[in-house]
Amino acid sequence: MTARGVDAPGRAAVGARTLRTDRWWLAPAATAAGLLVFVVYGGVRAFQQQYFFADERYLTPFYSPCVSLGCASEPGSSHFGMFLPDHPLIPYAALSLPFLLGFRLTCYYYRKAYYRSFWLAPAACAVPEPHARQTGETRFPLVLQNVHRYFFYVAVLVSLVNTYDALVAFRHPDDGFVVGVGNLVLLANVALLWCYTVSCHSCRHVMGGRLTHFSKHPVRYWFWTRISALNTRHMFFAWITLASLILTDLYVMLVARGTITDLRLIG
Amino acid sequence: MSYKGRFRVWRGDASGGALADFEVEVNEGEVVLDVLHRIQATQAPDLAVRWNCKAGKCGSCSAEIDGRPRLLCMTRMSVFDPGDVVTVTPMRTFPVLRDLVTDVSFNYAKAREVPSFTPPAGLAPGEYRMAQVDVERSQEFRKCIECFLCQDTCHVVRDHDENKGAFAGPRFLMRVAELEMHPLDVADRVPAAQDEHGLGRCNITKCCTEVCPEGIKITDNALIPMKERVADRRYDPLVWLGRTITRRRD
Repeated sequence: MTARGVDAPGRAAVGARTLRTDRWWLAPAATAAGLLVFVVYGGVRAFQQQYFFADERYLTPFYSPCVSLGCASEPGSSHFGMFLPDHPLIPYAALSLPFLLGFRLTCYYYRKAYYRSFWLAPAACAVPEPHARQTGETRFPLVLQNVHRYFFYVAVLVSLVNTYDALVAFRHPDDGFVVGVGNLVLLANVALLWCYTVSCHSCRHVMGGRLTHFSKHPVRYWFWTRISALNTRHMFFAWITLASLILTDLYVMLVARGTITDLRLIG
Repeated sequence: MSYKGRFRVWRGDASGGALADFEVEVNEGEVVLDVLHRIQATQAPDLAVRWNCKAGKCGSCSAEIDGRPRLLCMTRMSVFDPGDVVTVTPMRTFPVLRDLVTDVSFNYAKAREVPSFTPPAGLAPGEYRMAQVDVERSQEFRKCIECFLCQDTCHVVRDHDENKGAFAGPRFLMRVAELEMHPLDVADRVPAAQDEHGLGRCNITKCCTEVCPEGIKITDNALIPMKERVADRRYDPLVWLGRTITRRRD
């Protein structure tokens, strides 16, 4: 086999594939573990079709919008109609989940994360990758990463739906306006989801990055500067929203199961 | 405080080489380049190492220290424990000339492939007028000292010699972005970024940003915005429709 990469003819014959002495494997390993936890948890919950609506007002984001005929099992959980067939393989939120998955799969941060942690291309900087060829994002299927902005547009709509869910949760069908710990959990989750969505690189581009003359578009430039500031924390929001989604869903599930009781602060 | 530091320095040329062991005095406040100079002065006068300013501004002393692309003059010895064995090799993406010196002409060839600044017709030097907000994005990229550490660490060429023809590397894709975002540059650089400079091969793993000694956000501020501009043209019919109706570039 012909030597390639750092062993290619003409390059310094160092011998070792990498001389890094730090724990370079730790970050990709932790990333892979974190993503797997979310995928397994999210997969199980999306198809569980139980414990998604609590106290007649808390709807978990994994089931929002609840548009399956199965949502009838929890009156009040469907805010936008029920029209998808009730089938074990069709999540109740099948209208939003594929787009949210696509939004995260094509996200510039997550691309880096899984290219490094699962595809090992490269696992860490200056650590050789194991692949014989590298075509990047020029061919199918990875050329589809370029549709990220469409997933972003849909993610904005879903964030609006999540915001609506969080707001209507302040109204209990019997008790009227109430505030419980669950409300604060839903609100915090929605705020973080907006931070992640708005700090997206495509959002930054669409709102102003594509301009050549900022001085001719002061409003878009203002938005671009604010989004740019958020964008520097996009990785942080990417991870914190995975955690907040799990914790929010877990809270709703535990209240729905009766494992814990939602503490009422007002009402 | 001084101590005897242990070093392994790659010595050789294109025909072969090996790591040579050195034990050398290390003094407080020194950088790796200081120690290499002491090795030159006391033990290996023929050790080849390229350097110039010793201030992190000329980009000459790029190498790999413990397997990480870094500037020799900006890597303080204080980041190592006195008991560490510090390994120094040349950049491993480029052909080696001798010891720590590599042939970086690949980068100059790539630089020549990027068409130069193209001002509007009829505008003479001295007549350029730009608003600060319009040029500051390009100014970040002008901080580049051309150390080529980003080129060295980019796995697209580091691990794949066969990509060197089709891929300009992060430094020169950043140059394309700098000109594309320049308020007075009228050349259309987006198609060439994808077709001639290989932007699509970049899979944004951010190693270029990690190793940049100038702290330039190459991936977030140059490569991803260029990918988005390519997406505007190639993958977004809404943008195409909007452009066709308004006939505006921005």
